[in-house]
Amino acid sequence: MSILIDKSTRVIVQGITGRDGAFHAGAMREYGTQVVGGVTPGKGGQLVEGMPVFDSVEDAVGKTGANASIIFVPAAFAADAMLEGIGAGLDLVVCVSEGVPTMDMVRVLDYAKDRKTRVLGPNCPGVISPGKAKVGIMPAASFKPGCVGVVSRSGTLTYEIASQTTEFGQSTVVGIGGDPVVGTTFIDCLRMFNADPDTRAVVVVGEIGGTDEERAAEFVKTEMKKPVLGFIAGQTAPPGKRMGHAGAIISGGSGTAPEKIKAFEAAGITVVYEPQEIGARLKARL
Amino acid sequence: MKIHEYQAKEIFKAYGIPVPRERVAASPQEAAAAASELGLPVVIKAQVLVGGRGKAGGVRKVEAARHVEPVAGSILGMDIKGLKVNKVLVSECADIKGEYYVGIVVDRAARAPVMMASAAGGVEIEEVARTSPEKILKLAIDPAAGLLSFQARNAGMALFHDAKPARDFTEIAGKLYRIFVEKDCSLIEINPLARLGNGSLLALDAKINFDDNADFRHKEWEGMRDLSAEEPKEVEAKAAGLSYVKLSGNVGCVVNGAGLAMATMDLIKRYGGEPANFLDVGGSSSPEKMATAVRIILSDPNVKAILVNIFGGITRCDDIANGLLQAVGTRPELSDNSVMSLRRVPLVARLTGTNAEKAREILKDSPVAPAETMSEAVRKAVALAGGAR
Repeated sequence: MSILIDKSTRVIVQGITGRDGAFHAGAMREYGTQVVGGVTPGKGGQLVEGMPVFDSVEDAVGKTGANASIIFVPAAFAADAMLEGIGAGLDLVVCVSEGVPTMDMVRVLDYAKDRKTRVLGPNCPGVISPGKAKVGIMPAASFKPGCVGVVSRSGTLTYEIASQTTEFGQSTVVGIGGDPVVGTTFIDCLRMFNADPDTRAVVVVGEIGGTDEERAAEFVKTEMKKPVLGFIAGQTAPPGKRMGHAGAIISGGSGTAPEKIKAFEAAGITVVYEPQEIGARLKARL
Repeated sequence: MKIHEYQAKEIFKAYGIPVPRERVAASPQEAAAAASELGLPVVIKAQVLVGGRGKAGGVRKVEAARHVEPVAGSILGMDIKGLKVNKVLVSECADIKGEYYVGIVVDRAARAPVMMASAAGGVEIEEVARTSPEKILKLAIDPAAGLLSFQARNAGMALFHDAKPARDFTEIAGKLYRIFVEKDCSLIEINPLARLGNGSLLALDAKINFDDNADFRHKEWEGMRDLSAEEPKEVEAKAAGLSYVKLSGNVGCVVNGAGLAMATMDLIKRYGGEPANFLDVGGSSSPEKMATAVRIILSDPNVKAILVNIFGGITRCDDIANGLLQAVGTRPELSDNSVMSLRRVPLVARLTGTNAEKAREILKDSPVAPAETMSEAVRKAVALAGGAR
């Protein structure tokens, strides 16, 4: 099966006429994803590599039956783009854009609270269910259909780790993004992987900052029925410094790598310290 | 982005939060003039972007006029936790009867702002959270409704047990929240919020951190930035579109992606080396960016080897390879324009993903040492930097 996306997902690209939007729309379609069009206000009626452009998400949904979107819009306008997707009743909105102000994201998720849309990101590479669909920017070559679920705060580190699981392949790989406030958490994904018949093990890729890993560990301890492996980046990060990702910061003494590793180990999560070890550790647990 | 106490107090003043009468001074003479204007006694406070000023001797009360200049002189120029004190705030003294804490941050797990208030003011809030968390009131703030008056009032009653200061607290809390939202803060704190002998409240200190992601809608922030408190190379890197944090080791690293960059640093340490920096070149693979990245790392004299770890998705490895060639030059004996013409250190490059084969071809006869896997690359770089400890 897979989680979040599959062959039936119909995707629109918000920001399709921009350089990144156009490029990735084509790449997703090439992968086999049903990319049914895109949205750039004011450019409705145009075509981007044969894909229809609409002025609004509502318009696009009405004409194409889209149920998901991916956003390639500058950070200043990303919140509005997410709100528009949520307002139009999409099942999934993936925000790739980096640099969204934290309070913007707080307001977006508050708006989403009692509505049906799942928001993924922001500042994330998206999601891929290998062999089925890609709503994201990850390089196709690193992934193949299989039984390992991967959920990560990172971009390229996710690809690195996924490429170490090729013996088993991946059911779905989800990038939840590197910001402090994100639409989908580790627990959200673990819950979905737990219920997915095709996923036999999960790899959690965390990093310094926040307490999402600790809460995920609690969930694994009490509810997870499948083996979980974990990797935490940032053991050498100094406190108080933002390490690239807006959410990767040790503040007030909390969010350190040792704390997260300790929480993982207490929950029975196999902690891996080198991407290269993952293949062997997966074998041991499967 | 952090700002100084005196800058945060300017914002407080603009919003009507009561602060002491104070003046900024950049020299002992200015401090003396300020003291004479305000009237003694005064408190002279180091303006520096770290906590623990008091413990470091950066906050001192002065009773006599003739002591103002020497005390200000001893605080100005002080090094507090690596930062130099360039300004002091000369503040009138207050008749303090009690010290309280009030602050706002975004609670990541709750995905909403939270206001914290405590009667244990004047101490580091993290300390209180560690030793007596029950002393901290937490007000969950609904993002759509904002901080509601009754929430602040109830907190005020719990802190002061008296309607008048509770009312004043309610007003201050409301203004604090308005600043938090309107100025896109990531943190705002009054510690201590003092209750005075006459029953009124006064913000004796002010701390504001801005959410860097919101800078596009706050042009006024640029003029408030204290560049002297920032690592110059980090400032330079940011201007070039690179994310760079200087550390103290000898293995420099250039990586695409923050998570992968942190994992690379961790692996360097694991294999007995010490990372010299964090550097994320991001998605772009332009030769100029690669050359700038290598140059910034090389400007750190501690660096003995450089590791380039690139997982190319959209980023093309052949672009990176060409950029590296430009950085290292191919003919070291000629005076060339490569960034390594001044100082040559061994460079290991592990390029994987899109066009990795092409990249390998490009770097075949260059001084760049290749590596297949991340572990191999780290091992090589650590060895070239002088070996594991």
